[in-house]
Amino acid sequence: MTDEMTDETTDERVLAVPDLALVVLVGATGSGKSTFAARHFKPTEVISSDVCRGLVSDDENDQGASADAFELLHFIAGKRLAAGRLTVVDATNVQSDSRKQLIALARQYDVLPVAIVLDVPEGVCAERNAARPDRAALPRHVIQRHRRELQRSLRHLEREGFRTVHVLRGVAEVEAATVTRERRYNDLRHLSGPFDIIGDVHGCRGELESLLGDLGYELRRDEEGRAVGAAHPEGRTAVFVGDLVDRGPDSPGVLRLVMGMVADGSALCVPGNHENKLGRYLAGTTVKLAHGLPETIEQLEREDARDPDFRARVAAFIRSLVSHYVLDGGALVVAHAGLLEKYHGRQSGRVRSFALYGETTGETDAFGLPVRYPWAEDYRGRAAVVYGHTPVPRATWLNNTICLDTGCVFGGALTALRWPERELVSTPAEKVWYEPVKPLVSEAPGGVDGRPLDLNDVVGRRVVETRELGRVAVKEENAAAALEVMSRFAVDPSLLAYLPPTMAPCPTSSRDGYLEHPAEAFAAYRADGVRQVVCQEKHMGSRAVALVCRDAGVARERFGATTAEVRGVLHTRTGRPFFADPALTDRVLGRLAEAVDGAGLWAELDTDWLLVDAELMPWSLKAEGLLRGQYAAVGAASRAVFPGVLDALEAAAGRGLEVTELLARQRERAADAEAFTEAYRRYCWRVGDPPEDRAGQSTAGHLAGRPAGGPAGGALDAPAPGVDGREGLGGIRLAPFQLLAGQGRNLALLPHDDQLALIDRLVTAEADLLAAAGDMHAGGAAAGAEVGDARGVAAPGRGHGLLASTRRLYVDTEDEASVAAGIQWWLDLTAAGGEGMVVKPVRAGARTAGGKLVQPGLKCRGPEYLRLVYGPEYARPENLERLRERHLSHKRSLALREYALGLEGLERLAGAEPLWRVHEAVFAVLALESEPVDPRL
Amino acid sequence: MGGRAILGRVFLSLTMTGDTEQPATDLGFLLHKHPEKVQRFTTSHGVAHVFYPEASPERCTAALLLEVDTVALVRGGRGKRPGRGADAATAVPLGQYVNDRPYAASSLLAVALRAVFSSALQARCAARPELVERPLPLRVEVPALPSEGGADLVERMFAPLGWRVRATPVALDERFPEWGAARYVRLVLTGEARLADALRQLYVLLPVLDDAKHYWVAPDEVEKLLRSGEGWLAGHPEQELIAHRYLARSRALTRDALERLELARLAAADDTPPESVDNAVDERADTTQAPSPLAVRRREAIVAVLREVGAARVLDLGCGQGQLLAELMGDARFTELVGVDVSQRALGSAARRLRLDQLSERQAARVRLMQGSLAYTDGRLRGYDAAVLSEVVEHVDPPRLPALAHAVFGAARPRTVVITTPNAEYNVRWSGLAAGQMRHADHRFEWTRQEFGAWAEGVARRYGYGVEFRPVGPDDPEVGPPTQLALFTLNPPATAPTPAGVRAEAGTVSDTTTGTGTTTGAGTGTTTGAGTGTTTGTGTGTGAGAGTTTDTDTDREIVTATVQRDEVTA
Repeated sequence: MTDEMTDETTDERVLAVPDLALVVLVGATGSGKSTFAARHFKPTEVISSDVCRGLVSDDENDQGASADAFELLHFIAGKRLAAGRLTVVDATNVQSDSRKQLIALARQYDVLPVAIVLDVPEGVCAERNAARPDRAALPRHVIQRHRRELQRSLRHLEREGFRTVHVLRGVAEVEAATVTRERRYNDLRHLSGPFDIIGDVHGCRGELESLLGDLGYELRRDEEGRAVGAAHPEGRTAVFVGDLVDRGPDSPGVLRLVMGMVADGSALCVPGNHENKLGRYLAGTTVKLAHGLPETIEQLEREDARDPDFRARVAAFIRSLVSHYVLDGGALVVAHAGLLEKYHGRQSGRVRSFALYGETTGETDAFGLPVRYPWAEDYRGRAAVVYGHTPVPRATWLNNTICLDTGCVFGGALTALRWPERELVSTPAEKVWYEPVKPLVSEAPGGVDGRPLDLNDVVGRRVVETRELGRVAVKEENAAAALEVMSRFAVDPSLLAYLPPTMAPCPTSSRDGYLEHPAEAFAAYRADGVRQVVCQEKHMGSRAVALVCRDAGVARERFGATTAEVRGVLHTRTGRPFFADPALTDRVLGRLAEAVDGAGLWAELDTDWLLVDAELMPWSLKAEGLLRGQYAAVGAASRAVFPGVLDALEAAAGRGLEVTELLARQRERAADAEAFTEAYRRYCWRVGDPPEDRAGQSTAGHLAGRPAGGPAGGALDAPAPGVDGREGLGGIRLAPFQLLAGQGRNLALLPHDDQLALIDRLVTAEADLLAAAGDMHAGGAAAGAEVGDARGVAAPGRGHGLLASTRRLYVDTEDEASVAAGIQWWLDLTAAGGEGMVVKPVRAGARTAGGKLVQPGLKCRGPEYLRLVYGPEYARPENLERLRERHLSHKRSLALREYALGLEGLERLAGAEPLWRVHEAVFAVLALESEPVDPRL
Repeated sequence: MGGRAILGRVFLSLTMTGDTEQPATDLGFLLHKHPEKVQRFTTSHGVAHVFYPEASPERCTAALLLEVDTVALVRGGRGKRPGRGADAATAVPLGQYVNDRPYAASSLLAVALRAVFSSALQARCAARPELVERPLPLRVEVPALPSEGGADLVERMFAPLGWRVRATPVALDERFPEWGAARYVRLVLTGEARLADALRQLYVLLPVLDDAKHYWVAPDEVEKLLRSGEGWLAGHPEQELIAHRYLARSRALTRDALERLELARLAAADDTPPESVDNAVDERADTTQAPSPLAVRRREAIVAVLREVGAARVLDLGCGQGQLLAELMGDARFTELVGVDVSQRALGSAARRLRLDQLSERQAARVRLMQGSLAYTDGRLRGYDAAVLSEVVEHVDPPRLPALAHAVFGAARPRTVVITTPNAEYNVRWSGLAAGQMRHADHRFEWTRQEFGAWAEGVARRYGYGVEFRPVGPDDPEVGPPTQLALFTLNPPATAPTPAGVRAEAGTVSDTTTGTGTTTGAGTGTTTGAGTGTTTGTGTGTGAGAGTTTDTDTDREIVTATVQRDEVTA
């Protein structure tokens, strides 16, 4: 355990100090420690006991304050060391007790303690003290005592635990000394590879040679044909995670090859516990001959005859190995058994021990093997940790860590990770070289990366780093509310990859009769420098996010769905299952998958799952409780009350009472209430359970309706007509308006025109499918208006498939005619009963010239629809006047923050980051949704 | 004479009939409002108009029309947080903006009634003092009266007071008949009554029938109730319900209104009513005064098990309103109690039940409440003797049970785990429960003994626990006990199979010796096959009185308190 020791001799004037260390100055009072420290270290690096005494007692020489002063000194030093900062302790430190505490502190933070001794004659010390007014009265015997203690200490410093001791004797040597900072042995941040990190080899030379070949290395062989080195033509570097030896057929061969590569500079190697034990054996320590070591010893003995030096070279090689490496600017850490984040780049016995053995829980499993503490489950570091040590069936990322020991010697495979490509390359074992004590199983629960979510990932005040908007904060009370909803109502978080962000309305309009008007949206984007916008019809249903997998196997493999035969999930804005009935969910997802299949998008997007943002209609399907308890109730109450009111007022008027104005107002209000009822009715229709197998038996006859919703306009796509299908899904319509993600891709960053083109293909594909299903109706996009039912309103469920297209119009905000067309389009849309539209920059993630993220969309809701939001009588001039004072800034900020979090979650999902990272962003969106914002916006 | 009062737009009319001796127009004197005038009053929630559609000696009708100012209602009614200014509006869920208050005869109308007819309510009439005490032939019409309890409750409220009641349900939307009736009735009351009594009854009963949670009720409600109920409330058969609902409103006013806003917003984001999300606690259920027999037995059984295994530091995971914690606090052997629930409302309720703010320091140090969730692992839960999940698992969607199992058995990993859950088979013994119906609306499933057994044994095997099953409540020979309890015990370390998720070294070197001990399958020897009869309780006293429980008992239990912990989720 001495490999990390900096082995300086004591008399040099150049003092080498590791760049992260606890430097302890040792010297009598007056020996010049403070001057020395000031000369060689930054002021903030030096903690002086005198200063600490002053801080706690206002008197730097108050010896009575020493206990508190040192407590403070240790505290500050601890904070600095935890943060990875070199720290110098300026105190006499001539007593072993005081040094012992500092050594313990260094160990606590896994940094090396370094002593610099200033051995200056008593006379010099006395002279210097005398020159300082505050110390002039210091008795001579204090200096003498310090000197005595110092002399006694000198011999013991290394034994006390200092890894480096520099002694400067006399004033001249102190004056002449310089301090150089040395990089720690484990710090190879300046190397950026590219690397090929190779898992536990265990003497499997054949597999290693094949793997190196597959990775593109050219083997160098000696005259006997033995591989003694390998180099990559592109200058890649191999990194071995240790456990080169034991159990396998040719440990010496593996050592020879790896040692050669390391010597050539084409490989790095960290030690495994097996090297460590072999090293101890070679050094003559008695070790238990088990776990494949006897095989290695036997192989080495055979080697002795041919190459008598080999043993010594192996021993030296093992001694030279450094416990772990920090590589590639700190983005990559390689250690045999993994490494806690706080140990990265640190140096101590326990760091080395963790790197070699990991940590055990103290329990023993059924096979008599120690149970490992699952440190990777708790790992939250930014650096990727690549390790081996524990055989796993296959290498998978878990919280930015990956174990590459795929049990080659047990008949598994030898695996390498290409960095920074993050690609895995494997060579299967030639045979089972060694019978495992227990089978290679990984029964890790809780999702695809084998780790359940932890409460610390989500609760309390949190800050989520987003690519688009930097740090987004979540308040504790909002996280608490989200925890309740997420825990009690949401779908399995492993399937919950996205929650839709809220959207701000356009700036408030001052036009008569309007609270919202598209002119404001166009103007807002123009002001932000966004020219090309798309107006999208706003479907009035309930928001639904669909995660659809090609089949249940994909859901299981990629998302760790725990329920068999689930092909994805369909959830609401807050992550609840959209339907209580899993069979209905499955039918909807099944249809969507067929459409994706029919449109050829699996192949085109090279994915076997898609995450889709959509609106699911009718509104009454999901919001029936709200409709009954609130919207319809308002209508019913108004219908019950107004006839009586009007009768009574008319009677009073008939008696000659002056109620004219009152009566007129009540009539207007009765009309408002009627309009309110009509407003919600448009978005309600009955859905039937579609007949499973009898064609043509539509339940559409029961569907109550909404008016035909097809305003004219060249740019409007007619709703895709479908057929009375045997799987008409009973009037349920799903209008996808954005593809969010697929395997390895954040699709939400596609421009909206591309998005809509892909979605149109889905809608068409479904229509074609239904047509091909043998119905008499023609498919395609021919038909226009919907067929009205007996009441003269259309039944949207009839004659349609599941998927509805989203009508859209592109507008140039700088072009007056284009803007006017956009306004007219909206007027037509809303006059025909549409909810309104959303205006979005065509390019996702648009920014102003100044680099500020602009609103990803602005909604412009129709005046009739707004009755549902602001109440039946909102549009009365006196009400409108007051309602115009609405405060949009918080809503706009919220919309941006949620948008950034949504994109962040998708990036993390696409990047196959661990579940907790995706969940963190998703959870934050939910938490923000509980922020106090005017709910009418 | 005859008078009729209409309270409407929010609207109500009061009609009095009369004759030459007692002209109906006397109504005007009693109400202090002249029949030939149209009068206008400003009330706190809008403008009230009083006018007389008819005023003849034979028939006189007074109409009260309240034009509710919805915008002001929202701005002034809630969110009275000092210094928040215009922001106050944002603290209000959307339901407060679009609601039936402008149309339905609710507390707003009651308040207006009181404001406009205050003299009449106080039975003062200087002009015709003799009229005040005289029962008059009256007819009251309320065209849109919200009634939480339908026409039937309206009948029960007014009939005992001597009214002939005609309460006609109002359809929610004739376009969607399947939505059923609205919560409004068109009410017509006829009878002879003192006008003041009629008004006071309306003043109290309109909001009681409405039973909506509004927060603009003044805080001196008890006093108002007593004053307005004078002379008629004391003998009313529904007195308890009236008082409960009336006062429940003011309780909601003080406490719950602000607590739930974050959740209400999340509900609104999903177009669902706040109650559908903020439903973890029903504070009326299983009160200390009237705990349900089964809930009591369940707690007894759990406490007995905890004593039996010698647990001192106990987690109550899904502690709900803290009933079990309160019980455990009574026994000093439980030195550390931690109640965890995901619902902050539940935790608040538990804190009140346990009187945390009044406990001595020493007692308070024994118990801690914290928000947590079994959907996540939680380092704070490690290292306890025992964890109780009483009536918790059935509130978790089945796909999320593996995460719960891992959080409890894999991560927290106490020595003992006690899980209780309903036995679905027993439901047939409760006549109050329709076939296939579950005991609580939030139950995601209810397991048979076999289903629970299979799950529990699977979990035990996976995480290295042994498990045994015990009945709670009368153990019916055919369908078993109403509640099933599983006691999990961590296997001794030497034989504990690897808990899933904790990766063991497979054949890797360790300097410790390779274990030679034989492996015992999880729970073998201690497990009793589920569904084949459970192990008998070990003197827990759970069987006490079990044989005497009748269906009637259990029926009541269903009604009163099976919900006790049931609102609580993991």
